[in-house]
Amino acid sequence: MFAPLALSDAESYVAAAYLVFVALLLIYVAIMAMKLGRIQRELRELGELAERDRGAEEPR
Amino acid sequence: MVNLRTLSFATAAVLLGGYALAFFHAPIDEEGFIQKIFYLHVPLAIVTLLGFLVAAFHAIRHLRTNDPVHDARSYVSIHLSIIFGVAALLTGALWAKGQWGVWWEWREPTLVSFLIIFLLYATYYPLRYSVEDRDRQARYASVFAITAGAFVPLNFLAVRLAEPFIHPRTFSSAGGLPGEMLLAFLVCLAGMALLWVTLVQFELGAKAASGDLKRIRRALLPSEAEPPPPRRAVAPAGSYSANGGAPAPPATSMSAQGPEVGGRG
Repeated sequence: MFAPLALSDAESYVAAAYLVFVALLLIYVAIMAMKLGRIQRELRELGELAERDRGAEEPR
Repeated sequence: MVNLRTLSFATAAVLLGGYALAFFHAPIDEEGFIQKIFYLHVPLAIVTLLGFLVAAFHAIRHLRTNDPVHDARSYVSIHLSIIFGVAALLTGALWAKGQWGVWWEWREPTLVSFLIIFLLYATYYPLRYSVEDRDRQARYASVFAITAGAFVPLNFLAVRLAEPFIHPRTFSSAGGLPGEMLLAFLVCLAGMALLWVTLVQFELGAKAASGDLKRIRRALLPSEAEPPPPRRAVAPAGSYSANGGAPAPPATSMSAQGPEVGGRG
């Protein structure tokens, strides 16, 4: 077992500052991932729509 | 144009290298360990202000060429700089609390002037989305970006001329840094600038893809097409539209029409 790491006041503030930065970056990446997911979903829908249109045109 | 993957790896390498230098190579000065926030907070603040200047540059290009791509670049530059500005304010507050015992000091011109610039740019979104017509929206946003961009060097100059209260003056203090600290600071600054550029490229790519998708959807599903904007009977003298008053071109060239920035996403 590891002993818990005791941080001085200064170390706590430094850790908090870097964690805030990393957290903001992760939130930003998560939002971008959600946007990417939406784009992929729309792309899939459009692909299905194009396939359906092609299927409807082929018998003629 | 640098490949986005290469840019991402370069950003990660420079940031990791910079913070490795800051923590394992740069000495601890008389402020103690808390001075390590300097390598995060100062690059964030500098990149934020430079990002606002980049936005003003693209806004000028947008007004000169009426190319929506420059409007998108200006929009995304401001968007990313505001996020970096939030990070600079939060890390600065943590440093202030640890160093001076207060989260904020209203008598310090450096802090207050940065906050004023940040709040000024925070009004960019309500201004932009208060205008419904896309063309006017883009033009007003560009005028705002140029006007607000002029405040950035003025603010920098005013802070230099003002009497410091507790906040050190960055470039005078950076100039007096020992070699190891200066090297770590410069690498961290380069890394932060690269991170900003990478995120701008990511977001521009996402906006372009989103805009292309909307145009394909409109072409495939005419029922989902937006109603045309109301036309003025007589255009006022000196006014212009996105296509110089010419009839709208058919929606064949998608990326050429620029990325989607009209939406709130």
